[in-house]
Amino acid sequence: MWDTLIDILFGRLRLSDFVHDPIMAGAGVGMVGALVLLIIGLTYFKKWKWLWKNWLTSLDPKKIGVMYLLVSVVMLLRGLADALLLRAQQATDVSGGLLTADHFQQIFSAHGSIMIFFVAMGIIFGIFNLIVPAQIGSRDVAYPFLNSVSFWLFATGMILINAPLVVGEFSAAGWLAYPPLSELQYSPGVGVDYWIWSLQIAGVGSLLSGINFFVTIIKMRAPGMTLMKMPIFVWSAMMSTVLVMFAFPILTATLGMLSLDRLMGMHFFTSDGGGNPMMYINLIWAWGHPEVYILVLPAFGIFSEIVATFSGKRLFGYTSMVVALIAITFLSFTVWLHHFFTMGGGADVNTFFGIMTMIIAIPTGVKVFNWIFTMYRGRVRFTTPMLWFMGFVVTFTIGGLTGVLMSVPAADFQFHNSLFLVAHFHNMIIGGVLFGAFAGFTYWFPKFTGLKLNEKLGTYAFWFWIVGFILAFVPLYILGFMGAVRRLDHYDPSLGWQGLFVVAGVGVLLLCVGVAFQLLQIAYTIWKRDAHRVGSDPWKGRTLEWAMPTPPPEYNFAVIPTVTHRDQFWVDKKHEKVLTDAVYEDIRVPKNSGAGIIVGGFALLFGIGIIWHIWWMVIVALLGLIITLIIRLTNDDTEEVIKAATLKKHDEALKRSAA
Amino acid sequence: MRRDKLRRARRIRQVIISSLIGLAIIGVLFAVTLGRDIPVLDTKGLIADQQRDLIFITFVLGMFVVIPVFVMLFAIAWKYRAGNKRAKYEPEVDGNAKLEALWWGIPILIIIVLAVITAVSTHALDPYKKLDSNVKPVKIQVVSLNWKWLFIYPDQEIATVNYLNIPKDTPIDLELTSDAPMNSFWVPALAGQVYSMAGMTTQLHIMADTPGTFNGTSANISGDGYADMNFKVNALNETDFKTWAAGKYNSNAIPLLTESSYAELAKPSHKNPEKTYLLSDTNLYNKVVMKYMSPGSSK
Repeated sequence: MWDTLIDILFGRLRLSDFVHDPIMAGAGVGMVGALVLLIIGLTYFKKWKWLWKNWLTSLDPKKIGVMYLLVSVVMLLRGLADALLLRAQQATDVSGGLLTADHFQQIFSAHGSIMIFFVAMGIIFGIFNLIVPAQIGSRDVAYPFLNSVSFWLFATGMILINAPLVVGEFSAAGWLAYPPLSELQYSPGVGVDYWIWSLQIAGVGSLLSGINFFVTIIKMRAPGMTLMKMPIFVWSAMMSTVLVMFAFPILTATLGMLSLDRLMGMHFFTSDGGGNPMMYINLIWAWGHPEVYILVLPAFGIFSEIVATFSGKRLFGYTSMVVALIAITFLSFTVWLHHFFTMGGGADVNTFFGIMTMIIAIPTGVKVFNWIFTMYRGRVRFTTPMLWFMGFVVTFTIGGLTGVLMSVPAADFQFHNSLFLVAHFHNMIIGGVLFGAFAGFTYWFPKFTGLKLNEKLGTYAFWFWIVGFILAFVPLYILGFMGAVRRLDHYDPSLGWQGLFVVAGVGVLLLCVGVAFQLLQIAYTIWKRDAHRVGSDPWKGRTLEWAMPTPPPEYNFAVIPTVTHRDQFWVDKKHEKVLTDAVYEDIRVPKNSGAGIIVGGFALLFGIGIIWHIWWMVIVALLGLIITLIIRLTNDDTEEVIKAATLKKHDEALKRSAA
Repeated sequence: MRRDKLRRARRIRQVIISSLIGLAIIGVLFAVTLGRDIPVLDTKGLIADQQRDLIFITFVLGMFVVIPVFVMLFAIAWKYRAGNKRAKYEPEVDGNAKLEALWWGIPILIIIVLAVITAVSTHALDPYKKLDSNVKPVKIQVVSLNWKWLFIYPDQEIATVNYLNIPKDTPIDLELTSDAPMNSFWVPALAGQVYSMAGMTTQLHIMADTPGTFNGTSANISGDGYADMNFKVNALNETDFKTWAAGKYNSNAIPLLTESSYAELAKPSHKNPEKTYLLSDTNLYNKVVMKYMSPGSSK
């Protein structure tokens, strides 16, 4: 009787699930401690209302963008700590000891999932929120409330993926949780369920965001901005959202089937009962390969903007760049099988996917040449964003080369699942996505804060990243040739691999120093803000976001600009176009809404309930979620009007203070 | 003038320091690499030899793009640096059809060459393809278990755990399955890897061309004891192999691999020592595959 009640109330959750080994407990206590400090601080400084009104319920994409970036930075630190532990284990203790095999496996599973879903994706959507509406001369995204829901689903997923530090365990099945290892038979605990539901919930957020930004780009461009006059970053964002819309439903369905296997004993992906794990592996990569391009296309866009701006020159081969983006978008759906040439596919099948993979190198190579020739006969200023650009071209080219090596199926048999592969994809994701994010962050930071990040500290950070990157990943390439596979918590000391793992560990430490310099750079810039203050166009920008006041008002543009050229702002400046007779009109901006964060809260309850089999909680959460959405969607009073006269006064005041 | 001089001195200092750091990195990497076994390059088998050559060819082809990219990147960035006022400045140039045709064209040509190489090599090195040889192949059935490898020699009627003896210069026909999560069978000195999966059979054909002992490993995570799923491959002279197999077959001291001792072996265990069995049922491998074919039977 008593046991049944406990079962109903708490599902499979028991007090013992809170007990962890010292390292995990330390991380958990640290996390909870930081949260408590934050709560105390907010209460002490009486900032709750400010937080709620200005941030948590805001529908302003700029604020949502900043929240995305904040979450991503915190998660980057978590992922980096994971990486340090992994390398510490491999560098110091060849016979196993610092971490148990199970804990080690949980850490690399968490490292991969967090870095992709909660760092890279967060950064990409953060930057979309900040930049896309501004670059297309729009005041907002197409669906401001949906945007808030997307963010809060992302945040919910983030909480769920970190929760195992406090209660339960995380998946030990790798970042893509291949069955049958991830099935009940081999992973009966809550770990894989945590993985499934944090990704599932964040994934729905990503899909909604993808739709939102696609519609925004299609429907909300400033008058005159034809598709071929869009800034190249907007093109890259649009292609990225196209990929999101096609790829994320596959992820949702795949995770859905895996969870049906686990919750209801179905046999989609089990080895027996008619299931087939190969189906999962195909499906997950049908999402997973496009996902790589979802992340890297926006980085391409960022670098295209940066190289043109700092060369003081128009982007070389705009049409080629657009064609290349579209080609990559299409091709990225035709190569998924190269992730498992080793699964026994026939020679014809492997040949097809190998060649399709190589073909992607063509448009990518074209982009690299066009970037380089944007500098040709330019006036190149080597600010930190340009340093990241140079670092990107070098690392990305090397990563491209190792990628082409693995695209040849017969050669891939020797590289697959080795540390060579691990080095390759870090080469692409760090060198491409992360360097792109750093470049973009440095480039656009002054637009939103009025402060230019300290260049000297930024340069230090860059060099630590580059040297750390070389030390962390070149040894992995070498280890791959030595036959070292990925995910080893220990290895035979007589193989002589330890030296290389030590060097790789030192590399990760240097990366951490680089990150420390970046955090210091932000803190120092804000601390000495008077020395770092700049105007609204500090880099001699070319596109419309630089035409906004700094920091931009909620409505971005008091008067929506009319577009006649690709580099509209550059042309306007050249012709000293002045808006003397600006015509102000009433504009409407969305009111704050708490519904987004409430939806996130119910999604979190739903996640906890379904992971721990607390069914009453699942029902309550689903009901709450539906009711919240009905209330919100039947509310017609969601916008407020800024009168033309108010707008005019506000805008003129902004212009006076800028002058 | 003076400022230029100072600047130049600083630049020279930067170049020296960064070269020293670069040299130090290269030195350290050499120190921790030299003298180690590099099986993917230092190959001992017919297939791995060809895979290594393929890697070299692809690498060289890739260099036709990588080297121009690096040269142009640094040369152009340096020449058109903002400080160099003598360089031409053409802010309105936004493309050049001929140049763009060049860098659409050259990569396309390289990829066409590589595509042909891919098509040929993928068929030539298809792991399912039987190897050309006058020698009669030896058939070995591989079962990955939690967390060890079982090698069944149906013709020799013996089985081994965590070591694989093969005759050199003889084609080895491997059939692979799993009675555990998916694994990947990889002996880098002999050939690239292939997955082993429950309820299915994959194939791999290998041939050692040198006698010796090579490391084999599982390349796909399968749970707790995954890191210990290593095995030794001993390539023996043909007569030595025959003597070994016959000796085991005729020995009274080794245990019999029956259904019950197989069930015992299949239970999860770590760091299993090398072991040899006499095979009681030459159909064991097929039974292992087939047990996943009816609902719930693998439990």
